[in-house]
Amino acid sequence: MNNPYIVLPVILQLFIAILLMFSWSSKNIQKLISVTGSLIALVISLLLLIKVDNEGIQIMQAGGWEAPFGITFVADTFSALLVLLTAIAGLAVSVYSVGSVRNARIKFGYFPIFHLLIMGLSGAFLTGDIFNLYVWFEIIIISSFVLLTLGGEKAQIEGAIKYVTMNLLASVIFLTAIAILYGLTGSLNMADLSLRVAEIENRGLVNVTAILFLVGFGIKSAVFPLYFWLPASYHTPPPAISAIFGGLLTKVGVYAMLRVFTLIFIPDTFLSTVIMVIAIFTILSGGIGALIQNNIRKVFSYLIICHIGFMLAGLGVYSTLAIAGAIFYLVHDIIVKTNLFMVSGLIFKFKGTYSMRLLGGFYKEHPKMSLLMAIPLFSLVGIPPLSGFWGKLLMIQGAIDQSNMLVVFFIILGSFLTLFIIARLWSEVFWKDGPELPEKKHIKYYNALKPLKRKAMVGSIVFLSLISLGIGFGAEWVMRLSIKIAENLMDPTLYIQAVLGN
Amino acid sequence: MEILLVIIIGLLYAAGIYMMLRRSLVKLIIGLILLGNGANLLIFLLGKIVKGKPPIIGASEKMLGEIYADPVPQALILTAIVISFGLQAFAIILIKRAYKVVKTDDLDEMNATDEDL
Amino acid sequence: MKTIIFKTASVYLLPLLLLFSIFILLRGHYLPGGGFVGGLMASIAFVIHSFANGIEKTKNIMSIHPGFLMPVGLLLALASGALPLFFGESFMTGLWMENAVPVIGSVGTALFFDTGVYLVVIGVTLTIIFTISEGL
Repeated sequence: MNNPYIVLPVILQLFIAILLMFSWSSKNIQKLISVTGSLIALVISLLLLIKVDNEGIQIMQAGGWEAPFGITFVADTFSALLVLLTAIAGLAVSVYSVGSVRNARIKFGYFPIFHLLIMGLSGAFLTGDIFNLYVWFEIIIISSFVLLTLGGEKAQIEGAIKYVTMNLLASVIFLTAIAILYGLTGSLNMADLSLRVAEIENRGLVNVTAILFLVGFGIKSAVFPLYFWLPASYHTPPPAISAIFGGLLTKVGVYAMLRVFTLIFIPDTFLSTVIMVIAIFTILSGGIGALIQNNIRKVFSYLIICHIGFMLAGLGVYSTLAIAGAIFYLVHDIIVKTNLFMVSGLIFKFKGTYSMRLLGGFYKEHPKMSLLMAIPLFSLVGIPPLSGFWGKLLMIQGAIDQSNMLVVFFIILGSFLTLFIIARLWSEVFWKDGPELPEKKHIKYYNALKPLKRKAMVGSIVFLSLISLGIGFGAEWVMRLSIKIAENLMDPTLYIQAVLGN
Repeated sequence: MEILLVIIIGLLYAAGIYMMLRRSLVKLIIGLILLGNGANLLIFLLGKIVKGKPPIIGASEKMLGEIYADPVPQALILTAIVISFGLQAFAIILIKRAYKVVKTDDLDEMNATDEDL
Repeated sequence: MKTIIFKTASVYLLPLLLLFSIFILLRGHYLPGGGFVGGLMASIAFVIHSFANGIEKTKNIMSIHPGFLMPVGLLLALASGALPLFFGESFMTGLWMENAVPVIGSVGTALFFDTGVYLVVIGVTLTIIFTISEGL
């Protein structure tokens, strides 16, 4: 169904960014615009999801050029759901930034670039054109480069070099893959590609192209063995920025993989074996990496990698249930990972350190705050009925149906590793008696913050915690959506019909 | 023409990867630039090279003739060039900052992010 | 680089190149040219001036910070892209005025989009170049 308004989430973010650039010098107006704008974006995305869920796939042909000649924007349930999640995480981080980002960073354009990043994310989720996807990826990475280096501390710059190099390399590989795909098919529209790739006789060449896509998206979503840039960079910027990175950036890669490997390249035995092996090693290396870390933000960084492995395993099993599980897990992971990095920032504001060895006694000092922080931590572990449980349950069911016991084993192993890591983090940070920490002069502690800033920081964590509780207790609703999405991914006829007309 | 382009693309990719494997930051950026150019030429090559047949519909005709140059690859390359222009400008400023802050050009000595804090 | 010939020439080159960049911008819809090339040309004009006379003088001539051109250009481009939405058309659909304007030719949203690109390119390029050369 043709609907020119599905690009509104993208246009709105660009408009907010432009308004923010006009009010470059006034930080209070910037904060106001950013929060209000994110709120409007949330409403629009919610309306979009409801519309798509009720009326089916909505498309927009940019410039009125019919597919497959023009650039098509497609809002199916999957895209709309992810746009909604982006808006939720965007709102939370925007509010959190009001409380936690320093004025010097705001002066260098933190808020406009943050909204450009959200624009890129929404665009990447909505586009139905493979080259356009590349362009949105570039918008995402260039905004993330600036956010990562804003402030210019030594660790930030060093982390940024690794991040920039690997992401630029991923873009080049992605571009190479697009070039070969265009040479093979002469089309860029994903629905059209789906039909044309199926007709190619030379399957070897198709598989090589698929592997190039896998590597390109793999670097972006930090899978084994291409993840080393992630733990080297995600703990260096301010917590608000880590939150949006940890929550959304790697997930765009997962989204792209789920989209490309269900629509364009249907995995044969070889490809699904490759994906499965990668997934297993990703779970293992992420989990084991997190075990030995001492900095809580690094622990969370490695946990991102571990849980990317879960979603990839869902894709590797390649059945409706398993993919539904991966999508449920994706929904849960975006909210919880964003929340966890914000929690780590709040802990830093209280204690002035991220080191688990130095932290301690948090429960004794701030019992209410600790209970709040327990929600995202235990959602991550997936204690039923919290949100992490359902996604894994679906994936394990899917894997058992396909009698793929290896994947079942590693998903359970990964869950136990996560449980152990979070239990250790809980006892180190919250329960053990910590040493007295010296007051550091350059840190603005929580107690020295203005009440509004405190409320902004805690409020955004409460907001995301409520949402992740909502996902856990309202699992039926999310599960219905995930299964619907998975069915549409496994059988893309509806998608192709919506885009190409007949 | 095609065979020449194939050789050039191969050389650009090889040189790019070789440069990226060096430890110097400057060579890293040069490597990325070479790789990007290789990818652009690859799009150009795989878009099928047609000489002297622009995709313009004549005044008396209604459709394009049988063989014509595909304009899409050129649009793609132009987009990719503009994007890499921005990215490279950022990367160059980044290595300049890095050299100022870390005072070395050697990637092996950049390990502050691995410190156990 | 600060020879007297270059200095004198740069004063005359600046308006000439700017005029030429606008010419390139306007002919861009059907002929080679357009917002991006025109914008680069205009920023080259300012860069040549800054080579000859120093960045401070160029900044004085510009009277606004080049960074300010970015949001203006983006807003223009966004507005011309979003205008069709109010008529129920797709984003970025070209809308054209019925009668051609003398000298410029047919005027449509594409022209405003290109002008937006032109301004953004000037803003971005000059900001980058000024930042790099100030930090040296």
